[in-house]
Amino acid sequence: MQALEQLVGQARDLADGGIGLSDKEAEVGRIMKICNACRYCEGFCAVFPAMTRRLEFGKADIHYLANLCHNCGACLHACQYAPPHDFAVNVPQAMARVRGETYASYAWPQAFGGLYKNNGLTVALALAGSLALFLVLALNFAGGIAHAPLSGNFYAIFPHDTLALLFGAVFAYAVLALGLGVRKFWREVSPGSFSGAATAEAAGDVLQLKYLDGGHGMGCNNADDAFTLLRRRFHHFTFYGFMLCFAATCVATLYHYLFGLHAPYALGSLPVLLGSVGGIGLLIGPAGLFWLNFKRHPLHGDAEQKPMDRGFIALLFLTSLTGLLLLALRDGPAMGLLLAIHLGVVMALFLTLPYGKFAHGVFRTAALLKWSIEKRLPNNLQLGSE
Amino acid sequence: MPDDNSRAVDVLVIGGGNAALCAALMAREAGASVLLLEAAPREWRGGNSSHTRNLRCMHDAPQDVLTDAYPEEEFWQDLLKVTGGNTNERLARLAIRESSTCRGWMRRHGVHFQPSLSGTLQLSRTNAFFMGGGKALVNAYYRSAAALGVEIRYGAPVDRLEVADGQFQAAWVGKERIAARACVMAAGGFESNREWLREAWGQNADGEWPADNFAIRGTRYNQGVLLKQMMSAGADFIGDPSQSHCVAIDARAPLYDGGICTRIDCVSLGIVVNKFAQRFYDEGEDFWPKRYAIWGRLVAQQPGQVGYSVIDAKAVGRFMPPVFPGAKADTLEHLARQLGLDEAAFVRTVGEYNAGCRVGSFDHTALDDCHTEGVSPAKTHWALPLDTAPFYAYPLKPGITFTYLGLKVNEQAAVHFAGRPSRNLFVAGEMMAGNVLGRGYTAGVGMTIGTVFGRIAGAQAAQAAMNQGVHHAGA
Repeated sequence: MQALEQLVGQARDLADGGIGLSDKEAEVGRIMKICNACRYCEGFCAVFPAMTRRLEFGKADIHYLANLCHNCGACLHACQYAPPHDFAVNVPQAMARVRGETYASYAWPQAFGGLYKNNGLTVALALAGSLALFLVLALNFAGGIAHAPLSGNFYAIFPHDTLALLFGAVFAYAVLALGLGVRKFWREVSPGSFSGAATAEAAGDVLQLKYLDGGHGMGCNNADDAFTLLRRRFHHFTFYGFMLCFAATCVATLYHYLFGLHAPYALGSLPVLLGSVGGIGLLIGPAGLFWLNFKRHPLHGDAEQKPMDRGFIALLFLTSLTGLLLLALRDGPAMGLLLAIHLGVVMALFLTLPYGKFAHGVFRTAALLKWSIEKRLPNNLQLGSE
Repeated sequence: MPDDNSRAVDVLVIGGGNAALCAALMAREAGASVLLLEAAPREWRGGNSSHTRNLRCMHDAPQDVLTDAYPEEEFWQDLLKVTGGNTNERLARLAIRESSTCRGWMRRHGVHFQPSLSGTLQLSRTNAFFMGGGKALVNAYYRSAAALGVEIRYGAPVDRLEVADGQFQAAWVGKERIAARACVMAAGGFESNREWLREAWGQNADGEWPADNFAIRGTRYNQGVLLKQMMSAGADFIGDPSQSHCVAIDARAPLYDGGICTRIDCVSLGIVVNKFAQRFYDEGEDFWPKRYAIWGRLVAQQPGQVGYSVIDAKAVGRFMPPVFPGAKADTLEHLARQLGLDEAAFVRTVGEYNAGCRVGSFDHTALDDCHTEGVSPAKTHWALPLDTAPFYAYPLKPGITFTYLGLKVNEQAAVHFAGRPSRNLFVAGEMMAGNVLGRGYTAGVGMTIGTVFGRIAGAQAAQAAMNQGVHHAGA
C-alpha cells in the first residue's frame, strides 16, 4: 500500500499539471477537487456551480474562482471537511489568499504589484504625501491655512483648474491602471461573448450584492455560523454612499463647465444634497464594515490582508468625515485647513484605488460577468452519482 | 452512591446529531427543561448527520424544492424493496407520513432547502436537499436549541445508564451522575467501535479480519456504548447485530469522516479487479445509484479487502469527479505496475474482457445493450472495451456508513423491556432505525427516520417528564 500511495502521488503530480502554480493556488486546486467530489455547497453562491463545470483547475480557473468568491463564509461553516478535519477545507481563506496574489499580479504597471503586499505602508505613504501636498499647495497659493472667513469659497485657497487637473489626472490614471489589470484577468479565461442578458444579470448581482445573501436570503456569516445581512447592508451604505459623493462631484463639474455655476453651492443645491447623503452613507458603511472586520471569524479570509481591508475602510471613512466637517464649517476660519485635509485624504484614496482593497470590487465584477456568460454556455460534463 | 439531583432536568437527550437535536427541540417546545449531552467536542458535533445531504419526503404534489409527487404507497414500496421486507410496516408508514409534514418545522428551526444538486437529478422528486448539507442543518438546530434555552454540553460522553424496572433513572458522564425525569437516546450505532466491528465481521477463510481494513465514513464517536448498556439492561433489540451498510470507497479515504466525497462513481463505466487482477462481479448489473451499496461487501469479500476500479479515457467526464486522482498510465502494463498488480495477469484480464465486449449503442442513462459474451463474470451493460489511453484506476476499500442493530420501539419511540414499553426512556435515529430499515438503504431515509422519530421521542419524553411532575425526585 505504501508503494501504491507513492506511485499514485507521483501520478497525481503529473496528472494535475500542478506546474506553475503558487503554493496558494495549489491549495485552491487541492480544495476544489475535494469540493467537486462533494458539492453540498452548490446553493450558496456562484463559485460552486462554476466549479462543477470543471474537472481540472488550472491557474486561470483558480484566479477566476478566487475572484468570484465573496468570502461570505457560508461554505466554511457548512463544511464537513473544514478544520480540524484532515482535509482542512477552508474555501474562503484559500480563495482570499489567491485573490491577494492576483491583485498583485494584475497590477499595472507590474512593478507596482508590491504595493498590494505592503498595503499598510502604501496607504500611509499615500496619505502622508497627499496631505503634505495640499498643505504645501495652500502655502503656495494662499500663503497659509489661516484666513478670514471666505463663505465656503474653496477656490480662494486652491484654484479650480489646479484641482481639476490634479484630480482628473489621478482619477484617469486609476481608471487606466485598473482597466489594464482587468483586461489581463479577462484574457486568462475568456468564457464566450457578451450578451445583454448576461451583462444585465452580472450588473444586478453586483448592485444587489446577491452573493452576500447566503443563497437563502438570510445573509452571510461573520463571527460564527449564524447568518447576518449586516455585511451586505454596510457594503450598500459604502458603495451607494461613495457613488452619491462621486455623483456630487460630477454634477458640480457639469455646473462649473457647462452652466458656469461656480462653487460654493447652496446647502439645498444638488451637489451638496448628493454629497451630504452620500457622505452619511460613507460614514455608516465603513464604520459598520470596520466593526464587522474586527468581529470576523478567525478562519475567514486572509489575516495578512486585514491591514489592506482596514486601510481602505479608514480612507473611505476619513473621506466622508472630513468632507462633512468641511461642509459644516466651510463658512468659518478653519475652512482652509479642513479643505487641505479633505483633499489630501481624497487624493490618497484615489492614488490607492488601483493598489488597494478597492480592486476587489472591480475584479469581482469582472468575475461575476464571466460567470453570467459562462453559465449560459452548454455544460459538456455528463456526471452521475449515487 | 452519590445522589445529587440538583441537576435533575425534565428531559435528558444523549447524542448530538439530527435525531437528538429534533428530540431536544420538540421537548423544549413542549415546555420541558432539556439537557443535551454530545460526546464529541464542539468542532466534531453532529455525528453522522454532518455528512448527510437530504431528507426523503413523501409528497402528493410538487412542493418548493420537490418536483412531481412521491406518494405514500410509492415510498413504502421503495422501502419494501430495499429492505427485502425487513421492516415494520406500521412504523415505516408512520415515518413516511410524517416526512410529508415535518419540513415546515425544520424551516422554522433554521434549516434551508434547495433543489437537488448537480449529478443527483434522479433524487429531485424524492429528496429535499439541505442547503449546505447536513452540517448546515446541524448548525441551524444547535443555534435554535441554544436560543430556546436547551442546555448543551460538548465532550460529554455517557458511559453508563441507570435503569430500574424499565425506567430511566440517570446517566453517568465520568464521575458525574445526571438524573432526569425522562431520557431520549440518540447516540448513533456502533460502527466506530473497531473491536465490535471486528467481532461482527469475524475472520475469513484466509485468516484475515476483514473489518481491520474498513474505513468509517462518518464520525469516530459512534462507539455503541448505549447499545451495550441497553443489552445488559435487557432491552429488546431488532436487526442483525453483524450487519452494516457498507459501500466501496476510495482506499485512500481517512479512517473516519471521509463522508460523501470518498465515493467512487466509475465502477459501471469500466471493470473492477481484485489484488490478483481478477474481475469478481458484474460491474454493469444495474444503475450505479442502485448498486453502489453492494460493492462494499463485494470488496470486503476479496483478499486484502481491496479492489481497483479501472476505466479508460472514454469514461472521463461521465462520472462525479473522485476526490483523489486516479493512477494514470498510457499502457495497461504501466497501470498494473503503478497499482502493484501482476502485469501479465492484469493485461490478460483486460484482454479477455475487451475481446468479450459486444458493443451496441452505449447509453449510460439506460440499461443499454453493450454487454460481454464468454467472460466470467459477465458485464451485462455499458461494456465498452478498455482500449483508449490514458487508463485510470482507483483503489477501493469497504467504507461503513452505519450499523443496523437497534432497539425495538413502538409508535411512541419507547424502548421496550421484555415486550413492555418503558414509561420514560425513548430512542431515536440510528439506534432504532433498524425497526424501519432492517436492511439496505435508499438515499435520505436515515434522515427521515431520525427526524420523525427524534421529534416523536422528544415530544413523548417531555410528556412523560411533565406528567411525572416536579415533585418527583428522580432516583
